[in-house]
Amino acid sequence: MFWHLPSVPAKSPAAKGCFPEDNPLQKRMLAPQQVEKIGIGFLILISLITVLPIILIVVYIFIQGAPAFSWEFLTSMPSNGMKSGGLWPAIIGTFYLTLGTAIFSVPLGIAAAVYIAEYAPNNQWTRLIRIAIINLAGIPSVVYGLFGLGLFVVFLKFGTSILAASLTLSIMTLPVIISTTEEALRSVPTSFRVISVSLGATRWQTIWKIVLPQAVPGILTGVILGLERAAGETAPILFTGAAFFLPRLPQSPFDATMALPYHLFVISTQVPGMPIQIQYGTVLVLLFFVLGMNLAATTIRSRARAKRQW
Amino acid sequence: MEKIRIRPVWKEILATRVIQICGYSSILFVLLILFFLLSEGLPAVWTTDMTSLLGTRWYPTEAFFGIWPLIFGSVIVTLGAGLVSVPLGIGTAVYISEIAPRWAKEVLKPLVEILAGLPSVVLGFLGILVLSPFMRRLLDMPTGLTAFTGSILLGMISIPTIVSVGEDALNTVPKSYREASMALGATCWQTSWGITLPAAKSGVITAVLLGLGRAMGETMAVMMVTGNAPVLPHSLQAIFMPVRTMTATIASEMGEVAAGSVHYSVLFLIGIILFIISLVVNVLAFTLSSRKITRSERLLS
Repeated sequence: MFWHLPSVPAKSPAAKGCFPEDNPLQKRMLAPQQVEKIGIGFLILISLITVLPIILIVVYIFIQGAPAFSWEFLTSMPSNGMKSGGLWPAIIGTFYLTLGTAIFSVPLGIAAAVYIAEYAPNNQWTRLIRIAIINLAGIPSVVYGLFGLGLFVVFLKFGTSILAASLTLSIMTLPVIISTTEEALRSVPTSFRVISVSLGATRWQTIWKIVLPQAVPGILTGVILGLERAAGETAPILFTGAAFFLPRLPQSPFDATMALPYHLFVISTQVPGMPIQIQYGTVLVLLFFVLGMNLAATTIRSRARAKRQW
Repeated sequence: MEKIRIRPVWKEILATRVIQICGYSSILFVLLILFFLLSEGLPAVWTTDMTSLLGTRWYPTEAFFGIWPLIFGSVIVTLGAGLVSVPLGIGTAVYISEIAPRWAKEVLKPLVEILAGLPSVVLGFLGILVLSPFMRRLLDMPTGLTAFTGSILLGMISIPTIVSVGEDALNTVPKSYREASMALGATCWQTSWGITLPAAKSGVITAVLLGLGRAMGETMAVMMVTGNAPVLPHSLQAIFMPVRTMTATIASEMGEVAAGSVHYSVLFLIGIILFIISLVVNVLAFTLSSRKITRSERLLS
């Protein structure tokens, strides 16, 4: 019996409670095993309350959105004040914005992560970089919108454009890409680096030829999750590049564009008398987008884990 | 004589420089954001009356820029969200990290990830069409677009943050703690509740802070379901009334104001307030979590 072990000094006030007759656990109405059963049941209940709505949401959107869903709905222009027709310009717009975000944020984010994981000395400056990244991650998305409006739209005179919106979204996505890439780089064993350097490779050669290739799946997962978030955001593009309605597709990076999430916001709150089917259809398309990227990220991650030999 | 290869050397220097600059870019971006918020928002402090700015009425068309109702709106909705997300998020994190069998983990984690990826407009949309009519009937109120509905949605939005950060915190608790507790005859529940959770305390607090920070900064969903009424409350009933948060105010009004006007700079001023709040929350969370690392390292060494 564990209370006979001499681990508790006899003089400490807690010692008394360690003898069987005073054991607080035994004075309770319930045995520890019963408490455990109730406690675990409670945790299972809480987890169910957390995840059931998620399942319900996904299933509900599928059921409600399926009737509106067709090839035509995806590839035709909206008509009749968006009350009929399709989503083509919004889909293309979201594609352009995601692409633009990727062009700016992926190289920059990976390079920044390489610096932090491989080069940065352990000093105050590095600590400051970390605080800056954590801060970027926490800044509300609408504040990014304000910043993009101030810097890209007004100060640099890009106007409300795909370029301004993509740059705004890139800075917002940066912390996600940096932190996941850093984690991926750190998970590459140190011995890889030691061997590479001992064979005469320079630090950069080691990183470029050995460490980065090993970290690719982890980086890719992070990039996809970051871009997924950027693609679904509305607040940062509200005043930097989103258009209420455009009769044609954007022709250059300096054009404003329609985007799926903003389009959903518009048709669900700004246009009265919008057919409910089109609204649910739009949600379904957005959901497909998100689930598709999520699936891609998880597949890459689990495949890489299965193949990894270290 | 062999030819000396110089190529790798300048390549090395160039690569190192470029990467170093990229590494420091985050600091630059934070400073840029701060600079542009200040340069556009600070003029509001001297162009508007302090009595108007600190007043209780937000009515921009008549030059009443009282920000208290907006701050109140954000606070009440965030607190409400915390009531939903803290118990659910931490409970789920403990279950996933400590108790769940493997298959349950593999079901729960992707589901929480899906929730994290759902765009907030989608949740706002469902909030308008499904949750708020339901709330209106349930509570028998004139409208379902209230702070209460917003709190539930925001709670859902902040759950993924709390679950993932909380789970990470629980995972960093050394295995030896659990083994020691089990070896002394404690049940699995006693171990998770009495040993692991307290040991991960600072990490769990970090999770809560980041979750609430996320809720405070959320824009679209709140804008769509909280009813957009910037009024100061008279009683506790306020949770069942329409409110308007700081984020929703910026998002819904910035599109209509002229650049450089008073209204414009007051909206940027609200942006500064949001920036400062997120700065405080995140630096606090960072110091808490890094202190935890040093302490556990000391214990383990």
